[in-house]
Amino acid sequence: MGRYVARRLLQMIPVFIGTTLLIFLMVYALPGDPVRGLFGDKGGSPQVIAQLRHQYGLDQPILVQYWHYMKNMILHGDFGTQIASGRPVTDVLGDAFPVTLRLGALAFVIEFVLGIALGITAGLRAGRVTDNAILLVTLLLISVPVFVLGYILKVVFAFNLNWLPPNVNDSTNINELLMPAIVLATASLAYVTRLTRTSIAENLRADYIRTAIAKGLPKRRVVGVHLMRNSLIPVITYLGTDIGALMGGAVVTEGLFNIQGVGGTIAQSIVRREGTTLVGLVTILVIVYLLANLLVDLLYAVLDPRIRYA
Amino acid sequence: MPDVTKTDIKNAVASGPQAALQLPEPKSEKTRSLWGDAWRDLRRSWIFIVSSVLIVILLLITFFPGWFTGVDPTSGDLAKHFLQKPRLGNIGSPDWLGYDQQGRSVFARVIYGTRASIAVGFGTTIAVTVVGGLVGMIAGYFGGIVDSVLSRLTDVFFGIPFLLGTMVVLNSFQDRTTWVVIGALSFFGWTQIARVMRGAVITTKQADYVHAAQALGASTPRIMFRHILPNTLAPVIVVATISLGIYISAEATLSYLGLGLNGVSWGNDISDGGNQIRVAQWIMLYPSIMLIITVLAFIMLGEAVRNALDPKMR
Repeated sequence: MGRYVARRLLQMIPVFIGTTLLIFLMVYALPGDPVRGLFGDKGGSPQVIAQLRHQYGLDQPILVQYWHYMKNMILHGDFGTQIASGRPVTDVLGDAFPVTLRLGALAFVIEFVLGIALGITAGLRAGRVTDNAILLVTLLLISVPVFVLGYILKVVFAFNLNWLPPNVNDSTNINELLMPAIVLATASLAYVTRLTRTSIAENLRADYIRTAIAKGLPKRRVVGVHLMRNSLIPVITYLGTDIGALMGGAVVTEGLFNIQGVGGTIAQSIVRREGTTLVGLVTILVIVYLLANLLVDLLYAVLDPRIRYA
Repeated sequence: MPDVTKTDIKNAVASGPQAALQLPEPKSEKTRSLWGDAWRDLRRSWIFIVSSVLIVILLLITFFPGWFTGVDPTSGDLAKHFLQKPRLGNIGSPDWLGYDQQGRSVFARVIYGTRASIAVGFGTTIAVTVVGGLVGMIAGYFGGIVDSVLSRLTDVFFGIPFLLGTMVVLNSFQDRTTWVVIGALSFFGWTQIARVMRGAVITTKQADYVHAAQALGASTPRIMFRHILPNTLAPVIVVATISLGIYISAEATLSYLGLGLNGVSWGNDISDGGNQIRVAQWIMLYPSIMLIITVLAFIMLGEAVRNALDPKMR
């Protein structure tokens, strides 16, 4: 087990370097200049611009910049400085991350509970009307783009019915976060439902289920223990990879509901060409994504004793 | 992207008696290939029929928008039509779906916007299938160090959130033509096909007929493209069809973020309509409906093809 974790962690290193380098190259090799952007239409004097560029290290070759950035990040936990505000990126992150975390957690709970419940309902009735209805609804949910769904919910529940506030002012208020969390969760919810349904329907035909029923176990135990434990493995995989998606995929949702989270900050830094902020935020997202994947693989061994890591 | 999984096998079973009638008398034992079987299943699936009819209509609109409306989607008349409400009775006339804040016919814009979505969807899917397919084929066939390098490369591109990556690329282009958007989406989209292809190639290359071809001295490209490729196509086609719908949705999302195509597109119209949402819902409602129907059509088609090709469903 220990050796397996070590090997996985080692495999993560090239992916981590590759991803950060790719995002670094994309941000800096493409046209645009964050320092010039500070001065607006009037433009600054060439000396000041040159001095600022030097101060932020933007006058050096790209690979040297990358090397310095990574060195500072790994040795000192320093993710650079946001050029527009002059604040360290870690500060900006510290503000944005809890907001996204709350939103993501709420969305995750929604898709986990509802998705698995709907999936089990459909899977146990595979081929019947309930099953077909649920499958059709999930197809529809996958087809509705996030921003369209957000607008629809806003019009119906905020403007017409006045049940929920249209924008989020206070991210600690669950009432305000509910609508964005539903919007964020919808597509994943549909995938979780379909995955659970397929898995349940397949395992329902397995020999061990027949045995369990034959030896007279109550249905609650057959479904709740025997069936669930074997059927949830692919679902857990999906949920694990989805954690990263919920963090990064919130760009649209956060914009729509005016939430100041990671997604919103990323969108802003893309438009303002804030290279350091962008690289810092994406790096964090990549780390979250890689760790979530590792965690999922380790969870396998817990859920399915047949899987052993040498 | 995860599994958009199996739907009703029931339809295949439901038309049982009919199927029995259609069966030809066993004159010459025709070999039943995977594709032949799949085609027989598909013709009986209502999901397939509905989605292909929708897609044919969408393609007609794409190539011949003039057949559906005679109005120019870019000419607006503020004096006559500012935010004029839809007249739902006048099916097909310019005022059917109302006018937007610049006095342009929403119906004409919905019709002409189809081309952008379909072009981006098909363009990206073709690019992604070729690139991802090649990478997956090479990684799976050669294995070893080649596989390690290509797989890590795939991981790198997969690790960057899809939407964020395309946003960064598109943000540096002022003139975002269809080609630029296709390029940006493909740059991050190829990983999924590569992974599917790699898995399929690894299982296929163990097959006896591949060893036989190798023993007979067939060249590597010949083994790859004549022997392995046909047997790995099924999962790739399914994933490609479903992701076509997802790319159309992604293009609209990018337009909504202000980073999509310049010109007439559903995403741009939905985004504009979003600003008028409290006074004139129709501006965003109708392009949204078209967008949802289009994405749904492709996802349903992929779903039907998956059901037909999946041997486990037999």
